Amino acid sequence: MLDDFMTRATLAGVGVAFAAAPLGCFVVWRRMAYFGDATAHAAILGVALSLTFQMSVFTGALAVALIMALTVTLLAGRGYAMDTLLGVLAHSALAFGLVAVSFLSGVRIDLMAYLFGDILAVSRSDLLVIWGGAALVVALIAWRWSQLLTATLNEELAYASGYDPKREQLILTLSLAVTVAVAIKVVGVLLIAAMLIIPAAAARSLAKSPETMALIAAAIGAFSAVAGLRAAYVFDTPAGPSIVCVAAVVFACFSLIGWQTRSRT
Amino acid sequence: MTLITVENLSVRYGANTVLRHVDMAIEPGEIVTIVGPNGSGKTSLLRAIIGATKPSVGNVSLKPGLKLGYVPQKLHIDPTLPISVERFMRLTNPVSRKQCMEALESAGVPDLLKRQMSQLSGGQFQRVLLARALINRPDVLLLDEATQGLDQPGSAAFYRQIEDVRRDTGCAILMISHELHVVMSASDRVICLNGHVCCEGSPAVVASAPEYRALFGTGTGGALALYRHDHDHDHDNCDHSQEAAE
Repeated sequence: MLDDFMTRATLAGVGVAFAAAPLGCFVVWRRMAYFGDATAHAAILGVALSLTFQMSVFTGALAVALIMALTVTLLAGRGYAMDTLLGVLAHSALAFGLVAVSFLSGVRIDLMAYLFGDILAVSRSDLLVIWGGAALVVALIAWRWSQLLTATLNEELAYASGYDPKREQLILTLSLAVTVAVAIKVVGVLLIAAMLIIPAAAARSLAKSPETMALIAAAIGAFSAVAGLRAAYVFDTPAGPSIVCVAAVVFACFSLIGWQTRSRT
Repeated sequence: MTLITVENLSVRYGANTVLRHVDMAIEPGEIVTIVGPNGSGKTSLLRAIIGATKPSVGNVSLKPGLKLGYVPQKLHIDPTLPISVERFMRLTNPVSRKQCMEALESAGVPDLLKRQMSQLSGGQFQRVLLARALINRPDVLLLDEATQGLDQPGSAAFYRQIEDVRRDTGCAILMISHELHVVMSASDRVICLNGHVCCEGSPAVVASAPEYRALFGTGTGGALALYRHDHDHDHDNCDHSQEAAE
Protein backbone atom coordinates (compact mmCIF):
# COMPACT_ATOMS: atom_id res chain seq x y z
CA MET A 1 0.00 0.00 0.00
CA LEU A 2 2.80 2.40 0.93
CA ASP A 3 4.39 1.77 -2.47
CA ASP A 4 2.01 4.20 -4.07
CA PHE A 5 3.36 7.77 -3.89
CA MET A 6 -0.16 9.22 -3.67
CA THR A 7 -0.94 7.08 -0.63
CA ARG A 8 2.28 8.18 1.07
CA ALA A 9 1.57 11.81 0.23
CA THR A 10 -1.96 11.57 1.62
CA LEU A 11 -0.77 9.98 4.85
CA ALA A 12 1.92 12.65 5.21
CA GLY A 13 -0.61 15.44 4.70
CA VAL A 14 -3.06 13.97 7.19
CA GLY A 15 -0.28 13.48 9.77
CA VAL A 16 0.74 17.13 9.56
CA ALA A 17 -2.90 18.23 9.72
CA PHE A 18 -3.41 16.29 12.97
CA ALA A 19 -0.42 17.92 14.67
CA ALA A 20 -1.21 21.37 13.27
CA ALA A 21 -4.86 21.39 14.40
CA PRO A 22 -4.59 21.58 18.22
CA LEU A 23 -1.41 23.63 18.03
CA GLY A 24 -3.04 25.94 15.48
CA CYS A 25 -5.91 26.58 17.90
CA PHE A 26 -3.46 27.86 20.50
CA VAL A 27 -1.66 29.91 17.86
CA VAL A 28 -5.01 31.56 17.02
CA TRP A 29 -6.18 31.99 20.65
CA ARG A 30 -2.88 33.46 21.78
CA ARG A 31 -2.41 35.57 18.63
CA MET A 32 0.86 33.89 17.79
CA ALA A 33 0.33 33.69 14.02
CA TYR A 34 3.44 35.73 13.32
CA PHE A 35 5.34 33.57 15.78
CA GLY A 36 4.50 30.52 13.67
CA ASP A 37 5.67 32.33 10.56
CA ALA A 38 8.96 33.36 12.15
CA THR A 39 9.71 29.83 13.32
CA ALA A 40 8.87 28.41 9.92
CA HIS A 41 10.94 30.94 7.99
CA ALA A 42 13.92 30.25 10.19
CA ALA A 43 13.71 26.60 9.20
CA ILE A 44 15.09 27.38 5.71
CA LEU A 45 18.34 28.35 7.41
CA GLY A 46 18.20 24.97 9.11
CA VAL A 47 17.78 23.31 5.73
CA ALA A 48 20.88 25.08 4.39
CA LEU A 49 22.93 24.15 7.44
CA SER A 50 21.90 20.51 7.37
CA LEU A 51 22.82 20.25 3.69
CA THR A 52 26.21 21.84 4.40
CA PHE A 53 26.98 19.48 7.24
CA GLN A 54 25.20 16.54 5.62
CA MET A 55 22.76 15.99 8.45
CA SER A 56 19.14 15.07 7.93
CA VAL A 57 17.03 18.06 6.93
CA PHE A 58 14.61 17.25 9.74
CA THR A 59 17.31 17.58 12.42
CA GLY A 60 18.71 20.85 11.04
CA ALA A 61 15.29 22.43 10.61
CA LEU A 62 14.19 21.31 14.07
CA ALA A 63 17.32 22.75 15.69
CA VAL A 64 17.07 26.14 14.00
CA ALA A 65 13.30 26.38 14.49
CA LEU A 66 13.83 25.66 18.17
CA ILE A 67 16.59 28.27 18.52
CA MET A 68 14.41 30.80 16.71
CA ALA A 69 11.36 30.11 18.87
CA LEU A 70 13.39 30.32 22.09
CA THR A 71 15.08 33.55 20.95
CA VAL A 72 11.72 35.16 20.28
CA THR A 73 10.40 34.02 23.67
CA LEU A 74 13.49 35.45 25.38
CA LEU A 75 13.43 38.79 23.57
CA ALA A 76 9.69 39.32 23.95
CA GLY A 77 8.85 42.38 26.00
CA ARG A 78 12.35 43.86 25.94
CA GLY A 79 12.03 47.06 24.02
CA TYR A 80 10.46 46.20 20.68
CA ALA A 81 6.83 45.37 20.00
CA MET A 82 6.28 41.69 19.31
CA ASP A 83 5.31 42.12 15.66
CA THR A 84 8.37 44.28 14.95
CA LEU A 85 10.63 41.75 16.63
CA LEU A 86 9.09 38.87 14.71
CA GLY A 87 9.22 40.80 11.45
CA VAL A 88 12.94 41.43 11.92
CA LEU A 89 13.78 37.87 12.98
CA ALA A 90 11.54 36.00 10.53
CA HIS A 91 12.67 37.79 7.42
CA SER A 92 16.32 37.97 8.45
CA ALA A 93 16.30 34.23 9.08
CA LEU A 94 14.68 33.62 5.69
CA ALA A 95 17.18 35.90 3.91
CA PHE A 96 20.20 34.39 5.65
CA GLY A 97 18.82 30.95 4.85
CA LEU A 98 18.43 31.76 1.15
CA VAL A 99 21.94 33.27 0.99
CA ALA A 100 23.37 30.26 2.80
CA VAL A 101 21.69 27.92 0.32
CA SER A 102 23.28 29.80 -2.59
CA PHE A 103 26.76 28.97 -1.22
CA LEU A 104 26.01 25.30 -1.61
CA SER A 105 27.29 25.23 -5.22
CA GLY A 106 28.50 21.65 -4.88
CA VAL A 107 25.05 20.28 -4.33
CA ARG A 108 22.28 21.30 -6.64
CA ILE A 109 19.28 21.62 -4.44
CA ASP A 110 15.79 22.36 -5.45
CA LEU A 111 14.97 25.40 -3.33
CA MET A 112 11.34 25.29 -4.38
CA ALA A 113 11.00 21.90 -2.72
CA TYR A 114 11.79 23.47 0.65
CA LEU A 115 9.87 26.70 0.16
CA PHE A 116 6.66 25.09 -1.06
CA GLY A 117 7.06 21.48 -0.01
CA ASP A 118 7.54 18.32 -2.01
CA ILE A 119 4.83 16.11 -0.66
CA LEU A 120 4.80 13.79 -3.66
CA ALA A 121 8.39 12.77 -2.88
CA VAL A 122 7.64 11.65 0.68
CA SER A 123 9.47 8.41 1.46
CA ARG A 124 8.63 5.70 3.98
CA SER A 125 11.18 7.07 6.43
CA ASP A 126 9.76 10.59 5.96
CA LEU A 127 6.36 9.17 6.88
CA LEU A 128 7.82 7.70 10.03
CA VAL A 129 9.31 11.06 11.01
CA ILE A 130 6.09 12.94 10.21
CA TRP A 131 3.81 10.60 12.16
CA GLY A 132 6.31 10.31 15.01
CA GLY A 133 6.55 14.09 15.28
CA ALA A 134 2.80 14.53 14.97
CA ALA A 135 2.14 11.95 17.67
CA LEU A 136 4.62 13.70 19.97
CA VAL A 137 2.96 17.09 19.46
CA VAL A 138 -0.57 15.76 19.94
CA ALA A 139 0.48 13.84 23.07
CA LEU A 140 2.24 16.88 24.56
CA ILE A 141 -0.74 19.15 23.97
CA ALA A 142 -3.29 16.60 25.19
CA TRP A 143 -1.24 16.03 28.36
CA ARG A 144 -1.03 19.75 29.21
CA TRP A 145 -4.45 20.72 27.77
CA SER A 146 -6.06 22.26 30.89
CA GLN A 147 -2.86 24.00 31.93
CA LEU A 148 -2.29 25.37 28.43
CA LEU A 149 -5.86 26.65 28.30
CA THR A 150 -5.61 28.30 31.71
CA ALA A 151 -2.31 29.95 30.82
CA THR A 152 -3.90 31.15 27.56
CA LEU A 153 -6.84 32.69 29.42
CA ASN A 154 -4.86 34.58 32.04
CA GLU A 155 -1.30 34.40 33.34
CA GLU A 156 -2.16 35.30 36.94
CA LEU A 157 -5.01 32.80 37.01
CA ALA A 158 -2.53 30.11 36.01
CA TYR A 159 -0.08 31.11 38.77
CA ALA A 160 -2.86 31.18 41.37
CA SER A 161 -3.92 27.67 40.28
CA GLY A 162 -0.36 26.47 40.82
CA TYR A 163 0.75 26.33 37.17
CA ASP A 164 3.73 28.06 35.64
CA PRO A 165 2.57 29.80 32.45
CA LYS A 166 6.18 30.15 31.28
CA ARG A 167 6.52 26.38 31.23
CA GLU A 168 3.30 26.09 29.24
CA GLN A 169 4.60 28.67 26.76
CA LEU A 170 7.76 26.56 26.41
CA ILE A 171 5.67 23.48 25.62
CA LEU A 172 3.88 25.36 22.84
CA THR A 173 7.20 26.68 21.52
CA LEU A 174 8.63 23.17 21.47
CA SER A 175 5.55 21.77 19.73
CA LEU A 176 5.74 24.53 17.16
CA ALA A 177 9.37 23.73 16.31
CA VAL A 178 8.57 20.01 15.92
CA THR A 179 5.53 20.75 13.73
CA VAL A 180 7.54 23.09 11.51
CA ALA A 181 10.28 20.50 11.10
CA VAL A 182 7.89 17.73 10.07
CA ALA A 183 5.77 19.96 7.85
CA ILE A 184 8.61 21.25 5.65
CA LYS A 185 8.36 18.28 3.31
CA VAL A 186 4.58 18.58 3.08
CA VAL A 187 3.78 22.28 2.58
CA GLY A 188 7.21 23.97 2.71
CA VAL A 189 8.37 26.76 5.00
CA LEU A 190 6.27 29.48 3.38
CA LEU A 191 2.94 27.74 3.91
CA ILE A 192 3.35 26.05 7.30
CA ALA A 193 1.68 28.92 9.12
CA ALA A 194 -1.30 28.51 6.80
CA MET A 195 -1.73 24.87 7.88
CA LEU A 196 -1.67 26.03 11.51
CA ILE A 197 -4.04 28.96 11.27
CA ILE A 198 -6.55 28.31 8.49
CA PRO A 199 -8.13 25.04 9.75
CA ALA A 200 -8.30 26.42 13.32
CA ALA A 201 -9.85 29.68 12.17
CA ALA A 202 -12.34 27.80 9.96
CA ALA A 203 -13.33 25.60 12.91
CA ARG A 204 -14.10 28.60 15.12
CA SER A 205 -17.49 29.40 13.62
CA LEU A 206 -18.78 25.86 14.30
CA ALA A 207 -17.18 25.14 17.66
CA LYS A 208 -18.80 25.59 21.07
CA SER A 209 -15.86 24.44 23.19
CA PRO A 210 -12.06 24.50 22.89
CA GLU A 211 -11.96 20.73 22.43
CA THR A 212 -14.48 20.64 19.59
CA MET A 213 -12.59 23.48 17.91
CA ALA A 214 -9.40 21.39 17.90
CA LEU A 215 -11.24 18.31 16.61
CA ILE A 216 -13.04 20.20 13.84
CA ALA A 217 -9.74 21.85 12.88
CA ALA A 218 -8.14 18.40 12.61
CA ALA A 219 -11.00 17.21 10.38
CA ILE A 220 -10.75 20.31 8.16
CA GLY A 221 -6.98 19.94 7.93
CA ALA A 222 -7.19 16.26 7.00
CA PHE A 223 -9.93 16.95 4.44
CA SER A 224 -7.82 19.76 2.93
CA ALA A 225 -4.85 17.42 2.61
CA VAL A 226 -6.87 14.70 0.87
CA ALA A 227 -8.89 17.01 -1.38
CA GLY A 228 -5.90 19.24 -2.13
CA LEU A 229 -3.78 16.29 -3.25
CA ARG A 230 -6.61 15.00 -5.39
CA ALA A 231 -6.99 18.43 -6.99
CA ALA A 232 -3.24 18.66 -7.57
CA TYR A 233 -3.38 15.28 -9.33
CA VAL A 234 -6.37 16.14 -11.52
CA PHE A 235 -5.41 19.71 -12.44
CA ASP A 236 -1.65 19.17 -12.37
CA THR A 237 -1.08 21.96 -9.84
CA PRO A 238 1.61 22.15 -7.09
CA ALA A 239 0.51 19.92 -4.20
CA GLY A 240 1.36 22.00 -1.11
CA PRO A 241 -0.31 25.21 -2.31
CA SER A 242 -3.33 23.19 -3.51
CA ILE A 243 -3.83 21.83 0.03
CA VAL A 244 -3.73 25.35 1.46
CA CYS A 245 -6.18 26.54 -1.23
CA VAL A 246 -8.72 23.89 -0.23
CA ALA A 247 -8.34 24.91 3.44
CA ALA A 248 -8.87 28.55 2.48
CA VAL A 249 -12.06 27.71 0.55
CA VAL A 250 -13.36 25.72 3.54
CA PHE A 251 -12.59 28.72 5.76
CA ALA A 252 -14.54 31.04 3.45
CA CYS A 253 -17.56 28.70 3.33
CA PHE A 254 -17.68 28.12 7.11
CA SER A 255 -17.26 31.80 7.85
CA LEU A 256 -20.17 32.62 5.56
CA ILE A 257 -22.33 29.95 7.22
CA GLY A 258 -21.34 31.21 10.68
CA TRP A 259 -22.03 34.79 9.70
CA GLN A 260 -25.44 33.84 8.27
CA THR A 261 -26.55 31.91 11.36
CA ARG A 262 -25.37 34.68 13.68
CA SER A 263 -27.19 37.39 11.78
CA ARG A 264 -30.39 35.32 11.79
CA THR A 265 -30.47 34.81 15.56
CA MET B 1 -2.57 30.32 62.30
CA THR B 2 -1.41 33.04 59.93
CA LEU B 3 -2.37 32.22 56.33
CA ILE B 4 -0.02 34.47 54.39
CA THR B 5 3.15 36.07 55.70
CA VAL B 6 5.08 38.64 53.71
CA GLU B 7 8.46 39.50 55.18
CA ASN B 8 10.72 42.34 54.10
CA LEU B 9 9.51 41.99 50.51
CA SER B 10 11.14 44.05 47.78
CA VAL B 11 10.24 43.71 44.11
CA ARG B 12 12.30 45.18 41.31
CA TYR B 13 11.65 45.32 37.56
CA GLY B 14 15.02 46.08 36.02
CA ALA B 15 16.30 49.24 37.69
CA ASN B 16 12.84 50.17 38.89
CA THR B 17 12.05 49.21 42.49
CA VAL B 18 8.28 49.01 42.91
CA LEU B 19 8.11 47.58 46.44
CA ARG B 20 10.51 48.18 49.34
CA HIS B 21 10.63 46.24 52.60
CA VAL B 22 6.96 45.33 52.81
CA ASP B 23 5.81 43.34 55.85
CA MET B 24 2.26 42.13 56.15
CA ALA B 25 0.21 39.11 57.21
CA ILE B 26 -3.26 37.75 56.59
CA GLU B 27 -5.08 36.01 59.43
CA PRO B 28 -7.99 33.60 58.95
CA GLY B 29 -11.36 35.23 58.29
CA GLU B 30 -10.29 38.86 58.01
CA ILE B 31 -10.98 41.30 55.19
CA VAL B 32 -7.89 43.30 54.32
CA THR B 33 -7.82 45.99 51.69
CA ILE B 34 -4.78 47.45 50.01
CA VAL B 35 -5.21 51.00 48.83
CA GLY B 36 -2.66 53.18 47.11
CA PRO B 37 -2.21 55.48 44.14
CA ASN B 38 -1.38 54.20 40.65
CA GLY B 39 2.09 52.68 40.46
CA SER B 40 2.25 52.13 44.21
CA GLY B 41 2.95 48.40 43.78
CA LYS B 42 -0.48 47.04 44.73
CA THR B 43 -0.65 44.60 41.83
CA SER B 44 3.02 43.64 42.26
CA LEU B 45 2.31 42.71 45.86
CA LEU B 46 -0.57 40.49 44.82
CA ARG B 47 1.52 38.96 42.02
CA ALA B 48 4.28 38.19 44.52
CA ILE B 49 1.75 36.45 46.78
CA ILE B 50 0.48 34.16 44.00
CA GLY B 51 4.04 33.48 42.83
CA ALA B 52 3.83 35.32 39.51
CA THR B 53 6.61 37.75 40.46
CA LYS B 54 9.82 36.69 42.17
CA PRO B 55 10.84 38.87 45.13
CA SER B 56 14.28 40.47 44.73
CA VAL B 57 14.61 40.55 48.52
CA GLY B 58 12.56 39.00 51.30
CA ASN B 59 10.01 36.26 51.02
CA VAL B 60 6.36 35.33 50.88
CA SER B 61 5.26 32.25 52.77
CA LEU B 62 1.88 30.60 52.54
CA LYS B 63 0.53 28.25 55.18
CA PRO B 64 1.17 24.69 53.93
CA GLY B 65 -1.77 23.43 51.89
CA LEU B 66 -3.27 26.90 51.64
CA LYS B 67 -5.92 27.17 48.93
CA LEU B 68 -6.02 30.45 47.01
CA GLY B 69 -9.01 31.81 45.15
CA TYR B 70 -8.05 34.51 42.69
CA VAL B 71 -10.18 37.05 40.85
CA PRO B 72 -8.09 38.89 38.25
CA GLN B 73 -8.40 42.57 37.45
CA LYS B 74 -9.54 41.87 33.94
CA LEU B 75 -9.75 38.72 31.95
CA HIS B 76 -9.66 39.15 28.23
CA ILE B 77 -10.86 36.06 26.43
CA ASP B 78 -9.95 36.18 22.77
CA PRO B 79 -13.16 36.02 20.68
CA THR B 80 -11.67 33.10 18.74
CA LEU B 81 -11.71 30.95 21.89
CA PRO B 82 -15.10 29.27 22.35
CA ILE B 83 -15.59 28.35 26.00
CA SER B 84 -18.75 27.91 28.05
CA VAL B 85 -19.15 29.09 31.63
CA GLU B 86 -19.24 25.48 32.82
CA ARG B 87 -16.04 24.53 30.98
CA PHE B 88 -14.32 27.65 32.32
CA MET B 89 -15.29 26.89 35.90
CA ARG B 90 -14.20 23.28 35.70
CA LEU B 91 -10.96 24.00 33.86
CA THR B 92 -8.61 23.90 36.83
CA ASN B 93 -11.00 22.57 39.46
CA PRO B 94 -12.04 18.93 39.71
CA VAL B 95 -15.66 19.78 40.49
CA SER B 96 -19.02 18.40 39.42
CA ARG B 97 -21.62 20.17 37.34
CA LYS B 98 -23.82 20.37 40.44
CA GLN B 99 -21.11 22.22 42.35
CA CYS B 100 -20.77 24.65 39.44
CA MET B 101 -24.48 25.34 39.50
CA GLU B 102 -24.44 25.93 43.25
CA ALA B 103 -21.45 28.24 43.00
CA LEU B 104 -23.14 30.27 40.26
CA GLU B 105 -26.34 30.43 42.22
CA SER B 106 -24.64 31.73 45.35
CA ALA B 107 -22.79 34.27 43.19
CA GLY B 108 -26.19 35.51 42.06
CA VAL B 109 -25.93 34.36 38.47
CA PRO B 110 -27.84 31.07 38.09
CA ASP B 111 -28.74 29.83 34.58
CA LEU B 112 -25.43 30.89 33.05
CA LEU B 113 -23.91 27.40 33.01
CA LYS B 114 -24.35 26.79 29.27
CA ARG B 115 -23.64 30.33 28.15
CA GLN B 116 -20.48 31.21 26.24
CA MET B 117 -18.08 33.39 28.24
CA SER B 118 -17.96 35.85 25.34
CA GLN B 119 -21.71 36.53 25.66
CA LEU B 120 -21.63 37.66 29.30
CA SER B 121 -22.07 41.24 30.41
CA GLY B 122 -19.39 42.88 32.54
CA GLY B 123 -21.27 42.25 35.79
CA GLN B 124 -22.07 38.63 34.93
CA PHE B 125 -18.44 38.07 33.95
CA GLN B 126 -17.12 39.33 37.30
CA ARG B 127 -19.61 37.16 39.18
CA VAL B 128 -18.60 34.11 37.19
CA LEU B 129 -14.96 34.87 38.03
CA LEU B 130 -15.93 35.14 41.70
CA ALA B 131 -17.90 31.88 41.57
CA ARG B 132 -14.92 30.16 39.94
CA ALA B 133 -12.55 31.48 42.60
CA LEU B 134 -14.83 30.25 45.38
CA ILE B 135 -15.68 26.83 44.01
CA ASN B 136 -12.70 25.15 45.65
CA ARG B 137 -13.56 26.59 49.07
CA PRO B 138 -10.37 28.65 49.29
CA ASP B 139 -8.82 29.77 52.58
CA VAL B 140 -7.98 33.15 51.09
CA LEU B 141 -9.73 35.03 48.33
CA LEU B 142 -7.56 37.52 46.41
CA LEU B 143 -9.26 40.26 44.42
CA ASP B 144 -7.35 42.62 42.15
CA GLU B 145 -9.57 45.63 41.44
CA ALA B 146 -12.33 43.15 40.81
CA THR B 147 -15.00 45.77 40.26
CA GLN B 148 -13.25 47.56 37.44
CA GLY B 149 -15.73 48.16 34.65
CA LEU B 150 -18.78 47.80 36.90
CA ASP B 151 -21.07 50.74 37.54
CA GLN B 152 -21.62 51.96 41.11
CA PRO B 153 -24.66 49.79 41.99
CA GLY B 154 -22.87 46.87 40.35
CA SER B 155 -19.74 47.24 42.42
CA ALA B 156 -21.72 47.89 45.62
CA ALA B 157 -23.60 44.62 45.03
CA PHE B 158 -20.30 42.90 44.32
CA TYR B 159 -18.84 44.03 47.66
CA ARG B 160 -21.97 42.94 49.53
CA GLN B 161 -21.39 39.56 47.92
CA ILE B 162 -17.83 39.52 49.27
CA GLU B 163 -19.07 40.24 52.79
CA ASP B 164 -21.56 37.37 52.45
CA VAL B 165 -18.76 35.08 51.35
CA ARG B 166 -16.77 35.87 54.47
CA ARG B 167 -19.83 35.42 56.68
CA ASP B 168 -20.82 32.09 55.08
CA THR B 169 -17.45 30.46 54.56
CA GLY B 170 -15.10 32.22 56.96
CA CYS B 171 -12.68 32.73 54.09
CA ALA B 172 -10.09 35.50 54.49
CA ILE B 173 -10.15 38.20 51.84
CA LEU B 174 -7.34 40.32 50.50
CA MET B 175 -8.37 42.92 47.98
CA ILE B 176 -6.97 45.80 46.04
CA SER B 177 -9.28 48.63 45.31
CA HIS B 178 -9.36 52.23 44.28
CA GLU B 179 -12.98 52.71 45.33
CA LEU B 180 -11.92 54.11 48.66
CA HIS B 181 -15.28 54.82 50.23
CA VAL B 182 -16.82 51.40 49.57
CA VAL B 183 -13.72 49.43 50.37
CA MET B 184 -12.71 51.28 53.48
CA SER B 185 -16.07 50.61 55.02
CA ALA B 186 -16.14 46.90 54.24
CA SER B 187 -12.67 46.09 55.55
CA ASP B 188 -11.39 45.00 58.95
CA ARG B 189 -7.98 46.33 58.13
CA VAL B 190 -6.61 48.69 55.52
CA ILE B 191 -3.05 48.79 54.27
CA CYS B 192 -2.06 51.99 52.56
CA LEU B 193 0.71 51.28 50.08
CA ASN B 194 3.00 53.59 48.16
CA GLY B 195 6.06 51.52 47.30
CA HIS B 196 6.21 50.72 51.01
CA VAL B 197 3.56 50.39 53.70
CA CYS B 198 2.66 54.00 54.59
CA CYS B 199 0.22 53.16 57.32
CA GLU B 200 -2.16 50.40 58.28
CA GLY B 201 -4.90 49.67 60.73
CA SER B 202 -8.65 49.88 61.02
CA PRO B 203 -10.38 51.98 58.33
CA ALA B 204 -11.01 54.82 60.79
CA VAL B 205 -7.37 54.90 61.91
CA VAL B 206 -6.01 54.85 58.37
CA ALA B 207 -8.43 57.49 57.15
CA SER B 208 -7.20 59.93 59.79
CA ALA B 209 -3.51 59.05 59.43
CA PRO B 210 -1.41 61.92 58.04
CA GLU B 211 0.34 59.55 55.56
CA TYR B 212 -3.01 58.55 54.10
CA ARG B 213 -4.21 62.14 53.89
CA ALA B 214 -1.00 63.11 52.17
CA LEU B 215 -1.73 60.54 49.46
CA PHE B 216 -5.45 60.90 49.03
CA GLY B 217 -6.24 64.30 50.53
CA THR B 218 -8.73 65.01 53.27
CA GLY B 219 -11.70 64.61 50.95
CA THR B 220 -11.72 60.88 51.48
CA GLY B 221 -12.28 61.38 55.18
CA GLY B 222 -15.62 62.65 53.99
CA ALA B 223 -16.10 59.52 51.95
CA LEU B 224 -15.76 57.44 55.07
CA ALA B 225 -18.25 59.69 56.81
CA LEU B 226 -20.58 59.20 53.89
CA TYR B 227 -20.49 55.50 54.52
CA ARG B 228 -21.27 55.98 58.21
CA HIS B 229 -24.15 58.18 57.20
CA ASP B 230 -25.41 55.36 54.98
CA HIS B 231 -25.64 52.96 57.86
CA ASP B 232 -26.73 54.92 60.89
CA HIS B 233 -30.25 55.26 59.62
CA ASP B 234 -32.31 53.34 57.11
CA HIS B 235 -33.75 54.31 53.79
CA ASP B 236 -36.78 52.10 53.70
CA ASN B 237 -39.16 54.84 52.74
CA CYS B 238 -36.85 56.61 50.42
CA ASP B 239 -36.78 56.11 46.68
CA HIS B 240 -33.26 56.75 45.45
CA SER B 241 -34.09 56.45 41.80
CA GLN B 242 -36.52 59.33 42.13
CA GLU B 243 -34.00 61.39 43.98
CA ALA B 244 -31.51 60.79 41.23
CA ALA B 245 -34.05 61.79 38.61
CA GLU B 246 -34.68 65.05 40.36
